[in-house]
Amino acid sequence: MLEQNIFAGFGGQGVLLMGKLLAEAGMFEGKEVSWLPSYGPEMRGGTANCAVVISDKPVASPVVTMATSVVAMNRPSLEKFENSLLPGGKLFINSSIIDVKCDRKDVDVYYVPCNAIADELGNPKVGNMVMLGAYIEKTKCVDFETVLKALLETLGEKKAHLIPLNRKALEAGAASVR
Amino acid sequence: MAKKLMKGCEAVAEAAIQAGCRFFFGYPITPQNDIPEYMSARMPKVGGCFLQAESELAAINMVYGASGAGARVMTSSSSPGISLKMEGISYLAGAELPCVIVNMMRGGPGLGSIQASQGDYFQTTKGGGHGEYHVIALAPSSVQEAIDLMQDAFDLADIYRTPVMILADGIIGQMMEPVEFHEKKQARELPKKDWATTGWSPKSERPRAIVNSLYIENEELQELNDRLQARYATIKEKETRCELYNTDGAEIILCAYGTVARICKSAIALAENAGIKVGLVRPITIWPFPTKDVHDAICQESVKKAITVEINAGQMLEDVKLAVNGAKEIEFLGRPGSNVPTAEEIFEKIMEIRRA
Amino acid sequence: MATVFKKTPLLTDATLHYCPGCGHGIVHRLVAECIDELGIGERTIGVVPVGCAVFGYKYFNIDTQEAAHGRAPAVATGIKRVNPNNVVFTYQGDGDLASIGAAEIVHAAHRGEKITTIFINNAIYGMTGGQMAPTTLVGQKTTTSPYGRDKEHCGSPIRIAEMLATIEGSAYIERVAVNTSANIVKAKRAIKKAFETQLAGKGFSLIEVLSNCPTNWGMSAEESMDWLEQNMIPYYPLGVKKEV
Repeated sequence: MLEQNIFAGFGGQGVLLMGKLLAEAGMFEGKEVSWLPSYGPEMRGGTANCAVVISDKPVASPVVTMATSVVAMNRPSLEKFENSLLPGGKLFINSSIIDVKCDRKDVDVYYVPCNAIADELGNPKVGNMVMLGAYIEKTKCVDFETVLKALLETLGEKKAHLIPLNRKALEAGAASVR
Repeated sequence: MAKKLMKGCEAVAEAAIQAGCRFFFGYPITPQNDIPEYMSARMPKVGGCFLQAESELAAINMVYGASGAGARVMTSSSSPGISLKMEGISYLAGAELPCVIVNMMRGGPGLGSIQASQGDYFQTTKGGGHGEYHVIALAPSSVQEAIDLMQDAFDLADIYRTPVMILADGIIGQMMEPVEFHEKKQARELPKKDWATTGWSPKSERPRAIVNSLYIENEELQELNDRLQARYATIKEKETRCELYNTDGAEIILCAYGTVARICKSAIALAENAGIKVGLVRPITIWPFPTKDVHDAICQESVKKAITVEINAGQMLEDVKLAVNGAKEIEFLGRPGSNVPTAEEIFEKIMEIRRA
Repeated sequence: MATVFKKTPLLTDATLHYCPGCGHGIVHRLVAECIDELGIGERTIGVVPVGCAVFGYKYFNIDTQEAAHGRAPAVATGIKRVNPNNVVFTYQGDGDLASIGAAEIVHAAHRGEKITTIFINNAIYGMTGGQMAPTTLVGQKTTTSPYGRDKEHCGSPIRIAEMLATIEGSAYIERVAVNTSANIVKAKRAIKKAFETQLAGKGFSLIEVLSNCPTNWGMSAEESMDWLEQNMIPYYPLGVKKEV
């Protein structure tokens, strides 16, 4: 297995966290992983992306130039990265705020209305978890429960009450692409 | 111990603390800010001292004072900041003081960029500051390796009384990878720091300590330089490190260090799929340069050509060429600034050589 | 036989390289005597500068570090942070402290670094051959202000003691002179006070010592003492600038 992913969006969409949770879950499951964020001069706003590699062999390059999956949470991200996807790769589009379709015919495209689903769940902040659920449903590279374990480590016990909501978000995202 | 996902900068900082470093003097600059930030939180908890200096100049001179006083001490910065520290590094080398300096390289010249680069190879290995000195320069290519090299860095500094540099780049610094902190391995036998300025009176057992790099008489300066050169010869002989990957019987040899070496490994996998055997020589110490390993890998019968891959205009390339001394042709792949070569580009270069 | 004068054991027997009539020798003795009288020689670390006092490590009979030009306060900071029980002082000239090392001295004061600085102000660069210093007086001729310092061109001389006294972290700042016996006695009192400030953990202390440079001023030693009195003291008033 060699999953080379790009997660991209604007600051505040939880893009870096999404990638980190995936990497951490991969690590918990005994896989080799790397997480490489883009970093720029902006402190707030602007675009954010990260490259996450999950593999059963030691990760060679942590830099992803040709991805097996691209997750685009906003339109500039889609425009920037849709051509960084390998033929046969998977493209996940946040259709709540991206109103264009992908023209590529050599990739599988999944439209996930992340914001709409998150709103239905009562918390607009879990849009990233909805998307992560969709991604995992299609790649099967880690289990939901391991992602939630990683999330619990990040949140800390004090915020453990948020876990059920995030589980729902993962499941709803998965259901949306089933 | 369970594996933990950790950022390169933070891992380096934690590894330094676990190696017994208790003093850190630094100044903010991207992309290494996670090191001082981590130190500012951790040092007070282990009875150490983190101090944010007014400049890189001040920071490196605080390192000088602390090292002269006998402490395990470090600083970190990124390219423009390292330039500012160069005066101090020359003084540290001249005064024979141990310390560790981390450089998370970014693109240059000038303010350059804040993205990863390898533009400081010449600065690190060929001097940087004035006078004839070297620093031992260790170039990790993963977060785990950065951790493992920290203990060595401090030990080497103490054993040879010299500044040691960890030369990494923004990618190593910003990337998260699973890491393990191993139980501290048996440290090498370290010399006593009886030269440190800790307070003296005529009743003291040691001579009066003078930390100094001024030798106004030619003969005295010669003595210092002879001592340093002899030490550098010993370091070259005993401390050179290199990784050989897939090199035996390879058709093409790649030479790269740090992050780029990993990208080379991806290119090697692409070549393998195409049925081409490509190997990698990865210097871990870029000073002392692993001349013999590089020579032996490239000068094998089976090797057609070698390619040096760097994020610069071709710096280590010169050392690779010196190592083979004209025996094989060395090509170069890389761009100055912060343009990291991709595995696909390296693979294309391999194919180009093959087609020729 | 009665002993009427004894050289302090806190100075080595090395022959000073300073020019005849230079004030550095006097200040070295005062600093060494203060350390001796306070009984802190065993735990005092000196940091010497680049400039005329660059060989200070040969003279002060204590552990010493030689710092890069202007960086003595940073070096002293490193030493003090490692061994807070040490008494740490820097000995710096006006080129070293007021010019190239201005940032380091300001920030050592600003942090309230518990070190003592002996600052020799003789209004000129000595070791490099009499160039203009930030402290050179308006109209004063030097090898880089051959027509006299022009205020319009390079500003007015900087008053370090007053400037550092404005900084919250400074605990004791005084300006003294070593041009007369009476002033030398006062200078010693001030230097001792500065060390006591450090010993009490109050913060940063600095004594600015107005001194002479007969060689580069182009005067006899005696003339230079008068010149100091008539020209430097009016611009650089003596006295305590800060005491907490």
